[in-house]
Amino acid sequence: MTELLNGKGLSLIPKTDAKQTLKDFKSDQEVRWCPGCGDYAILAAVQSFLPELGLRRENIVFVSGIGCSSRFPYYLDTYGFHSIHGRAPAIATGLAASRPDLSVWVITGDGDALSIGGNHLIHALRRNVNLNILLFNNRIYGLTKGQYSPTSEVGKITKSTPMGSLDKPFNPISLALGAEASFVARTIDSDRKHLQSVLREATAHRGTSLVEIYQNCNIFNDNAFEPLKDPEVRDDITLRLEHGQPIVSASKAVVRGDDGRIAVVPRADVAAERILVHDAHSPDPSLAFALSRLDEPAFEHVPIGIFRQVDRPAYDVLMAEQLDEAVAQQGPGDLSELLMGGDTWRIG
Amino acid sequence: MTKQVQQLDRVIIRFAGDSGDGMQLTGDRFTAGTAEFGNDLSTLPNFPAEIRAPAGTLPGVSSFQLHFADHDILTPGDAPNVLVAMNPAALKANLGDLPRGADIIVNTDEFTKRNLQKVGYETNPLEDDSLAEWRVHAVPLTSLTVTALEGFDLSKKDAERSKNMFALGLLSWLYHRPIEHTITFLQQKFAKKPEIAKANIAAFQAGWNYGETTESFSVSYEVKPARLAPGVYRNISGNQALAYGLIAASVQAKLPLFLGSYPITPASDILHELSKHKRFGVRTFQAEDEIAGVGAALGAAFGGALGVTTTSGPGVALKAETVGLGVTTELPLIIVDVQRAGPSTGMPTKTEQTDLLMAMYGRNGESPVPVVAPMSPSDCFDAAIEAARIAVKYRTPVMLLSDGYLANGSEPWRLPEISELPDISQAFTTEPNGEDGAFLPFKRDEETLARPWAIPGTAGLEHRIGGIEKADGTGNISYDPNNHDLMVRLRAAKIAGIDVPDLEVDDPDGDARVLVLGWGSTYGPIAAAVRRIRKAGGKVAQAHLRHLNPLPANTGEVLKGYDKVLLPEINLGQLALLLRARYLVDIISYNRVRGLPFKAEELAGVIQDVIDSD
Repeated sequence: MTELLNGKGLSLIPKTDAKQTLKDFKSDQEVRWCPGCGDYAILAAVQSFLPELGLRRENIVFVSGIGCSSRFPYYLDTYGFHSIHGRAPAIATGLAASRPDLSVWVITGDGDALSIGGNHLIHALRRNVNLNILLFNNRIYGLTKGQYSPTSEVGKITKSTPMGSLDKPFNPISLALGAEASFVARTIDSDRKHLQSVLREATAHRGTSLVEIYQNCNIFNDNAFEPLKDPEVRDDITLRLEHGQPIVSASKAVVRGDDGRIAVVPRADVAAERILVHDAHSPDPSLAFALSRLDEPAFEHVPIGIFRQVDRPAYDVLMAEQLDEAVAQQGPGDLSELLMGGDTWRIG
Repeated sequence: MTKQVQQLDRVIIRFAGDSGDGMQLTGDRFTAGTAEFGNDLSTLPNFPAEIRAPAGTLPGVSSFQLHFADHDILTPGDAPNVLVAMNPAALKANLGDLPRGADIIVNTDEFTKRNLQKVGYETNPLEDDSLAEWRVHAVPLTSLTVTALEGFDLSKKDAERSKNMFALGLLSWLYHRPIEHTITFLQQKFAKKPEIAKANIAAFQAGWNYGETTESFSVSYEVKPARLAPGVYRNISGNQALAYGLIAASVQAKLPLFLGSYPITPASDILHELSKHKRFGVRTFQAEDEIAGVGAALGAAFGGALGVTTTSGPGVALKAETVGLGVTTELPLIIVDVQRAGPSTGMPTKTEQTDLLMAMYGRNGESPVPVVAPMSPSDCFDAAIEAARIAVKYRTPVMLLSDGYLANGSEPWRLPEISELPDISQAFTTEPNGEDGAFLPFKRDEETLARPWAIPGTAGLEHRIGGIEKADGTGNISYDPNNHDLMVRLRAAKIAGIDVPDLEVDDPDGDARVLVLGWGSTYGPIAAAVRRIRKAGGKVAQAHLRHLNPLPANTGEVLKGYDKVLLPEINLGQLALLLRARYLVDIISYNRVRGLPFKAEELAGVIQDVIDSD
C-alpha cells in the first residue's frame, strides 16, 4: 500500500545543512517587470520563503509557460525552464514523474493556465503529480498588452472587446476542485505573510497543490483586487479559511441555511455555534466548492486561504511503485532475455 | 489416399474476411507457424480504421497477406497465389489483385442472397462463370465448423466464430505448416475459458483433417526452409522492433526511458509494448493529448531521462511547437512518427511517406532536426538506437520516421548480439565550465557543437533555459541581432555536422547508368524490383537513405555518378524536392499515394522504362 506522503511533501527531496538566505535564491538577472507589478511582491515572497524549506537548491526547479509571470524562473538561482504557452504543467509532469527527488514548481498566469493550457492544468490536478502550481491571476492578458482573459469579468472593455467581453469567466478554485485537485488555495500578492503561510502548506503537500494568487497588473487592469487591499473594507470582505476554525471576516460569518446552502450573514446576527467551521480535509469537496462560489458577484466577500487539502497518493510515487513491483515480480530487465522472448528459431 | 505433394519456392497467401472474422489473428498464427518452419517471410496486414464496420460490407473487409519462401525475400508479395475469402465482400474487394490461375478458397456458407446484395453481386459468382479464370475451392467453412463442434456446449453463434481456425487448419495442411504452436497458443489465449480453447483447437484440427480427406484438395504444397544467415531468429513487426530498440537504446545510453504518448493509429502498439517493460525502468505516460505527450518527454529529458514521444502525422503537427522548444533548448528528444495517409485524419490504417517535409521543416523559425528512417520492420530496432545516439550525443530532438507498412508488417529478425550493440552513453556535465566556477549552459563542445547536459540535482550548475533566444555561452535572454544570427547558424551547423555513415551503393558490376534511390519502407519493394531487373540481365544500381537529415556526405557525389536517378516515393516527391534543391540533380520521381506499399513488379516496370528511355 502506498504510503501517503501528505505533510511529508518534501520527504524525498535532499536537504542541506548549509544556512540559506534570500540572497542564495536571487539570480544575477535583472528583473524586468513593469514598475509596480504585483509579480515583484510574489517573487520577493518566494525568494524569502525558500530558505525556510532547507532543500538543496539544485533540487528545486521552476517551470513556467508564457506570459509576464512566466519570466519568474529567470530570477531564481535554481534550475529553471521557461517553456511555451500553456505547456508548463505537461513539461513539469514529465520532470516530476521521472524525478521524485525534485521540488518542482509551475509558475503560470490566468491566460497561460486557463486558456491555452487549460487541458494540461486539469489533468495535472487529477493525476496529483508532485507539483506546486502558482497561478498568478490578474484577470487580464499583460504580455500581449491588455486583452481580456478567461478570468476577466463579463463585459470587460479591452482592446479586443471594445463593446465588452461576452464570455463568463472561470473561477480557478471551482475549476481546480472540479478537476479532483487535492490541494487548492487562494492568496493575494500584497499579503506576504498569508502568501507564505499558504506556500508552506503547499510545499508540505505531496501531490499537486494549486495556489491562486490575486496579482495586480497596474498597467492593464490596475486595482482589480483593490477592495481586498483597501484598509477600510478588506477585513470585512475577506473570509479567512483556516482548517478547524469558524469561517468569518471582521463583520461577516458563513452559515448553512435551512435550504442546505451556505450563506454569508452579518456576524452579529448569528450565534457562534451556528457559524460554519472550515473542514479543508474533508474527502467530500462540496463545502470547498460552495465556498469557492461565494465571491460572485465579485468582492462582496472573498474566501482566502486553503479550500481543500486532502491525502491522495502522488503520481510520481505510484509510478515508481509500479516499476519496483515489476522488478520484484520479474527481476530487473535483461535485454538478451527480452529479445529472445517469444518464438525463436536457430539457423546454422 | 496419398495425395500429391508439390514443391514451391514461394507462396503468397491473403486471408480476407469481415473485420469480425479474426483474419489478423489467423494471419498472425499462420505467420508464426511459417517462421517456426524456417521460411523467410514478410507480411502485410490491411484493415479498416473502423473497429466493426457493418458486417459483410466492402468497407468492413480486413485482410492479411503473407509471403513466404525458401530464399530470402524483401516484400509481402505483389499478387496472392491464394486468396481465402470468408464472404462475398472479401472476394469482391480482393479479386482484382489475383492473377489468373490463382487459388480461391471461399466460404460458401456466406454466399447468401442477402450478403451478395450487400456488395452488389447480382448473381452468385460461385454459380455464374465469372470465376472461371481461377481455381475455386468452394468450402462451406461455417457449417463444417459448426458440425465439427457439435459435441461442445456452445451456442451456434459461438461455434461459428471458430471458422477462422478451421480455415487456418485447412491452410496449415495445404502448406505443411507445423501445428503444435497454434494448439499451444490457443490453450494459452483461452486459458480462462477452457471450453473455448478446446473448441478452437477442435475446429483447427477439423480444418486440417478436411484438407487431408476431402476431394476438393488433391495437391498439397511444400516450401522448404530458407537458407538465411546463421543465427537466432524471431518474427517481429516494426512497432515491436521499434519499442525494443528504444529499450535497448535506454540500456545502451544508461538513461531511464520516459515515453510520453497519446494513443494514435498506427503508433499505439509502441506505447502498449513499452508499457509492458517497467522492469527496465521504463516509465510510460499516457498523456491528455499529443502536446502533453511530447511536453512530458521533454521535461523528463531536462531531468536526465531518454525522453521519447510516439505518434503519427496528426500528432506531429500538434507537437511542432514543443519540438521547436527542444531545438532551441538543445535537449535530447526522440519523436517517433509512424506515418499514415493524410492530410488531416486521412486514412489512419493506411501507409504513406508524406511527413518527410513536416519532419524537416514543420516548425516556426530555423529549427533543424535530424531525421532517421528505418528501412524494414526489423531495422526499426537499429534505427531507434541510431536516433537515440544522435539525440543524446548532439542534445537535439530527432525525428524517427517509420510508417504504417513497417509498423504492422513483420519479417524474421536475426537477433543481434547484445555485446555488439553500440555504447551510446554520454556523461552528464557535473563541473563548472566557465571562469570563477561559473556554469555556461550554452558553451559548446568544439567537435560536436553540443551544449553541456547538466541535470537538476547537480550542485553548482543551477541554470535556466527556455524558448527565448539565448546569449551564446551564458544562455541568458538575448535580443542582440548578431547573437541571434550566430545562434541560428550554430544550431544549424550542429545538425549539419552530425556524423552519419556514407551512402552505400549496390552496383554489382559497377557499370549501371541508372540509380534507383529510396528511403524508409520502400527498401523492400525497390530491392525486389532491382533483383528482377538484374535477373533479366538489366543493369541498375540501388542506394537507400536511412539518414534524411543530415544526408550522408557522399550523397551528391553518388547522385552525380549516374546518368539517371530514379526515386520512388509514397508521396508526391518530397525527398526529390530536397535532393534537387540541394544537389541540382534532375531526379526522376515515381510517386503513388494509394495507402499501400509499392509492388515489386510495378517498380521493375518503372525502372525498366527509365533504363530504356533516352
